[in-house]
Amino acid sequence: MTLPIPVTLIGGYLGAGKTTLINSLLRNADGRRLAVLVNEFGSLPIDADLIVAREDNLISISGGCICCSFGSDLVAALIDIRARGQRIDHLLIETSGVALPGSIVQSIALLPGLAIDGVIVLADAETVEERAGDRYMSDTVRGQLAGADIIVLNKIDLVPPERVAAISRWLAEIVPGARVSPAQNADIPSEIILGRQPEPQPIAHRIKPSKHRTAGYEALELEIDCPVDAERLAAVLADPDLALLRAKGFLQKLTGEFVTLHVVGRRSVVEPAPAWVEGPGRLVCIGVAAEMDRSAVLVALGSDFHLLQSPRRN
Amino acid sequence: MTTIYQARKIVTMNPSRPLATHIAVRDGTILGAGSLDELTGWGEYQLDRSFADKILMPGLVEGHSHVAEGVQWRFVYCGYFDRTDPNGVIWPGVKSIEEVIARLSEANAALSDPKQPLTGWALDPIYFNNRRMTRQDLDRVTTTRPIGIMHASGHIMNVNTMALELAGMLRPGVNHPGVPLGPDGVPTGEMKGPEAMTPLGPHVGLDRGLLASDEPGLRAFARLCVRKGVTTAADLANLLPQPAVEMMRQVTGEDDFPARIVSLRVAREISPAELVARVLELRTLSSDRLRLGMIKIVVDGSIQGFSARLLSPGYYNGAPNGLWYIAPEQLRDIFERALAAGIRVHSHTNGDEATELVLDTLEQALRKYPSPDHRFTLQHCQLANAAQFRRMRSLGMCVNLFPNHHFYWGDQHYALTVGPERAQRMNACATALASGVPLAIHSDAPVTPLGPLFTAWCAVNRLTASGRALGTEERISVAEAIRTITLGAAYTLGLDGEIGSIECGKRADFAVLEDDPTEIGAEHLKDVRIWGTVQGGRIFAAASI
Repeated sequence: MTLPIPVTLIGGYLGAGKTTLINSLLRNADGRRLAVLVNEFGSLPIDADLIVAREDNLISISGGCICCSFGSDLVAALIDIRARGQRIDHLLIETSGVALPGSIVQSIALLPGLAIDGVIVLADAETVEERAGDRYMSDTVRGQLAGADIIVLNKIDLVPPERVAAISRWLAEIVPGARVSPAQNADIPSEIILGRQPEPQPIAHRIKPSKHRTAGYEALELEIDCPVDAERLAAVLADPDLALLRAKGFLQKLTGEFVTLHVVGRRSVVEPAPAWVEGPGRLVCIGVAAEMDRSAVLVALGSDFHLLQSPRRN
Repeated sequence: MTTIYQARKIVTMNPSRPLATHIAVRDGTILGAGSLDELTGWGEYQLDRSFADKILMPGLVEGHSHVAEGVQWRFVYCGYFDRTDPNGVIWPGVKSIEEVIARLSEANAALSDPKQPLTGWALDPIYFNNRRMTRQDLDRVTTTRPIGIMHASGHIMNVNTMALELAGMLRPGVNHPGVPLGPDGVPTGEMKGPEAMTPLGPHVGLDRGLLASDEPGLRAFARLCVRKGVTTAADLANLLPQPAVEMMRQVTGEDDFPARIVSLRVAREISPAELVARVLELRTLSSDRLRLGMIKIVVDGSIQGFSARLLSPGYYNGAPNGLWYIAPEQLRDIFERALAAGIRVHSHTNGDEATELVLDTLEQALRKYPSPDHRFTLQHCQLANAAQFRRMRSLGMCVNLFPNHHFYWGDQHYALTVGPERAQRMNACATALASGVPLAIHSDAPVTPLGPLFTAWCAVNRLTASGRALGTEERISVAEAIRTITLGAAYTLGLDGEIGSIECGKRADFAVLEDDPTEIGAEHLKDVRIWGTVQGGRIFAAASI
């Protein structure tokens, strides 16, 4: 059985930085074959230097990635892009500036062969509060933020630092459990958006250094040599108090079989692991350095199993 | 060569000569309407008496339809009300699920390819005592061929077990508000809303292009126009890719193509700058029978689908407010660019909040690009209040209201969506006229049947399907309604100098009627018998089209 293709929604109001983030992910695809669906080919959605070829509705991008536009019919575009038969490791959907991610998540859940990985919603630090109070757009903007697994608070360089803190607090108020990742130029490590590339072999001691290093993020990498209660662990890792942005692991359940654990902000999923996975279990957790409490993460994990490797800074 | 047509009566809609007995036509153009004596001065003529016992009026103008109506008829008609297809066959309405099954079974038996989906449309179970249709019902038609039936509202689809299986949805664990589950935990086959319907579409022959058409579809649509006395019809939301434009130019250019199609480019898939550039290019591709060069914008959803944007206090049943389909910044960008380029924009708004946004946005844009006679038009605009009509007037906007909707869904609006008071003021034709807003009325075919005289009947009587008189204060007179389906609609399309009345210099476009709509009585307006049309001086009889 083929594994479903992970799908990440990139949402947020007009001008929040969705296109910038998409381009950054394409530049840091690390060998992943990304397929990108954008709501419109308005102002060119893909940086010119990344484009290999362009035909009607399809842009071919260096590294084997592709980009298609969709109008009102996302589902048809999803069916079309999969019908092309190209390998797709991860699907990114840039939603329209007024779309509510929640309903798109539901419709993707109806399509066999696709699985929602996470919902990333960008917010423009300069304007998000104003938009959220706009006479016409208030409920739409709030609905977008409420649908996010991770909110990327973008353009923080354009507002004073105390405003960033205040907006983050405000976001946590209007979106209970919100996971907020501040960013400039939508610069956020691709492993947070896409997850870490699954290793073909069990990792031995160290994680591969990411090509895309951004100051301010921290990773914990753990090896776990005993079976665990994976569902409970997933719920623990998604707890807002831990402030993790992303966790991914291959773990052995108490019943013996291997599972994949995904945490994207508030969302957590446990599902059967690919057949090549074997012991020991391993887990990577990523968060904003200033917010991620390493010891709290370890305490949360520690009672259930022991760690082979002590955490270290990435 | 001049032809002078003699008629029993000619209702010209020209206020300085409202009635006539003869029309002189040369090369598709009207030389004049009057008595025979008044027309012989145009020189040698041939007197055509074939309409001597008929009523002539200006060719009717449908200001908001979709040429996709011509495609729908390839599918099995499952509607509750009798409806005429392009060939003139009247399909009796189906009155129960049993009758739906019987009609589908007949169509199933006629299909030879075992894999070909069986597709139906216009189902309306609200008239079946709200008994929901299930996949088990449709499985009685066939278990080996996928079936999909689109509801009249366009917002719900019913499918059979095979269709669910092909779409990978014949399984427990489907968790979606638009997919009700049966006692077995498997979907019942009712798919509500676009997200739930679209994955099924490709498997049941309803994949895409509900708004698109093709050569036979376009010809079928035009045949339907002849049957309804329509000589010009707006195709209100088309992506108009180049191959479609070439197809439409070719088909509408055929010698016997009987209608003028006004096709608007829907604002979708390209940026505002590209949209305006494309529409300017499309304008140059216009011909007499294919008019291009306007923009359509969809601002919100539908009231009965609870996706229209309503002003406070919102939906009567407490449903959350609807959806925006465009951001205010994009709307402003398109308005400004269109005003600067002299392009007309028609905006779909159903809810009054969506209407308010368009009024606010246009007001701002007009300060920047003052544009006399821009004729930006609000389409549907069903919930507009009196203050909004006054603003439309101040801003120079037109409105195209939707009285057919009032007939088909007025009872639901009364009971469920907006409640009695707002249901009474919906589609406020009388307020529009009293406010001085140029008015058109429409069918939105295929959403409701094409037929301006039926639409006029709806606006004049304001009855709902259950027989309730809903909002009698908003009734308009027969004379006003007839003006609205001719000159009124032509004005919103910028064609009132060419069509919409019978007078010297205009196109020879006539509706040829057996009965006189000005005499038949308000309650019978929809029953006026239509012989056919004259379009650009060419005669098209409904009986032989």
